[in-house]
Amino acid sequence: MSPMTTVRVTRKRVWRKTGLYVALLAGAIFAAGPVVWMLSSAFKSNADIFAYPPRLIAKSFSAGAFTALFNDPQEIRFFVNSYVVGLSVTALTILVAVVAAYALSRYKFALREPLKVMIIGVQAIPPITLVIPLFGVVIALHLYNSYEGLMFTYLVFTLPYSVIMMTAYFNSLPRELDEAARIDGAGTMRTLWRVILPLSRPGLVAVGFYSFMISWNEFLFALTLTQTNNMRTVPVGLTLLMGQYNYQWNQIMAMSVLGCLPVVILFLIFQRHFVSGLSSGAVKA
Amino acid sequence: MTSLSGDATKYTAALGTEEPWSRERHRSRIPQRLHPYLMIAPVVILFLGLIGAPIVILVRYSLLDNVIVNQHPQFVGLANYTSILSSASFWSAVEHTLIFTVVCVVAQLALGFAFATLLNTKDVGRVTKAVFRVIYILPWMFTAVIVALLWRLLLDPNGVINYLLGLIGVVRTAFPWLATPGWAMACVIVMNIWAGYPFFMITLLAGLQSISPDLYEAARVDGASYSQQLRSVTFPQLRPIIVGIGLLDVLWTTQQFTLVWIATGGGPLGSTQVLGTYIYTLAFQSYLFSAAAASAILLLLGSLVVAVFYVRHQRRLEMT
Repeated sequence: MSPMTTVRVTRKRVWRKTGLYVALLAGAIFAAGPVVWMLSSAFKSNADIFAYPPRLIAKSFSAGAFTALFNDPQEIRFFVNSYVVGLSVTALTILVAVVAAYALSRYKFALREPLKVMIIGVQAIPPITLVIPLFGVVIALHLYNSYEGLMFTYLVFTLPYSVIMMTAYFNSLPRELDEAARIDGAGTMRTLWRVILPLSRPGLVAVGFYSFMISWNEFLFALTLTQTNNMRTVPVGLTLLMGQYNYQWNQIMAMSVLGCLPVVILFLIFQRHFVSGLSSGAVKA
Repeated sequence: MTSLSGDATKYTAALGTEEPWSRERHRSRIPQRLHPYLMIAPVVILFLGLIGAPIVILVRYSLLDNVIVNQHPQFVGLANYTSILSSASFWSAVEHTLIFTVVCVVAQLALGFAFATLLNTKDVGRVTKAVFRVIYILPWMFTAVIVALLWRLLLDPNGVINYLLGLIGVVRTAFPWLATPGWAMACVIVMNIWAGYPFFMITLLAGLQSISPDLYEAARVDGASYSQQLRSVTFPQLRPIIVGIGLLDVLWTTQQFTLVWIATGGGPLGSTQVLGTYIYTLAFQSYLFSAAAASAILLLLGSLVVAVFYVRHQRRLEMT
């Protein structure tokens, strides 16, 4: 290569790299800009929300909106409800999905393929179509306005993809493990519990995070299947905050920050497991 | 992989210590071949109760005159369907849903692919890439309610978006984006794209990383330019993933309710009324449960058509 071409190549690379960083930053502004504004607004006084010119850190900077929320037992209750429902749904989903996925992954049985088709297909059913009849069912079963009503109905959303993800994960574990355990006389459940599950942490984490996120974030069922404020979850509570105080934007944003915190923290802790588990389910069912 | 083999060693080591497994060998009275059915039974029962039965009930609702509100509903055949299918508001909701879905799906795939490509480059350090990856995934972790509220704040006539647009001279007055029929749909679309693209980015990034570098090497040896490599290597390799998540996105987007409901409530003047908000309003605001059931069945049928393609696609992936 002549010196001239080397210079040209290096210059080209510098341009490429600059362009790359500009694109990366532009993307970051698009993705995180609104989030930064949410944080900024949560720490303003409500009078400063639409101050002109807008400031990232207002003169009224304080955690007042947060303390106002923490001092309101009603708001605390929304969070308690969300945690109760979210954690129970996660536990139930893991339990049911693991056992079902193990059967789908390790056994050949007549109805296996139709069942798989059903589980994939069920994801296509619009929640809005289910909520109308479930509204009647939940009332008839005396589960209206109860934790149980939300917990069971949320399994509709969490189970299908969890079973798919878990099956894909089990398929990636060598069958020789099961055979070895069986030769040693372990039954099906014992093999699953003692041999397979200890090796399945990444899959379990993915399913757990996914289920918690789905139920923590759910709005339509929470809105229609509960009635009194003491049963409302965070997403519904947020909308109540709007009417209640005539747009206390700083409190709405503070509650939004608190509302997404559990999911963000869990994600940061488990992101590696989760990303691989999620895509393994999407790439090969 | 290391953790896997590590645990496996632990397991083989555990075999040495005496496990009381052999004693339980003959305890089970249930024939082996029934085991998988018992294991899958909870899922089947839950789905029958929470999906199968409700759909049957929904079909029944749609064939009666107004149920729930009416104590003794009468069978009216397909009357609810004919009145829904001849109502202009239903077709307007269908049209809005189609526009919303097409624009969102295309934009989310394109944006997801662009971000995934940025994150897949070799010219940026690993830590930098990890940081940007977390930033790019952020919007996906917000529930639709928070997304809608946050963007309502941003798009407020006196909000920060109008301020920034004012700085570059695009907007002079306090423009009410979400209250203007011609703009509200565009705003809702932007919100939905913002909230949804990270899923496609993650999946496409996993796809990009699974493409063998040898393919690109071979293309480069043949003198293929960047765009030729995209066309002859990247897209063909990603095709199954793009089709799969594209169909999934079509399903999710046609069913979107929460985001639109909180952002605009279907307004102004019905300009953002999509099928989700339309059905919800019929059922839980107007208490026309039969009409809502009929339109819900129509949405379900539409979804099932897409679902057939999705299931077939996923099954074919599994075969290969």
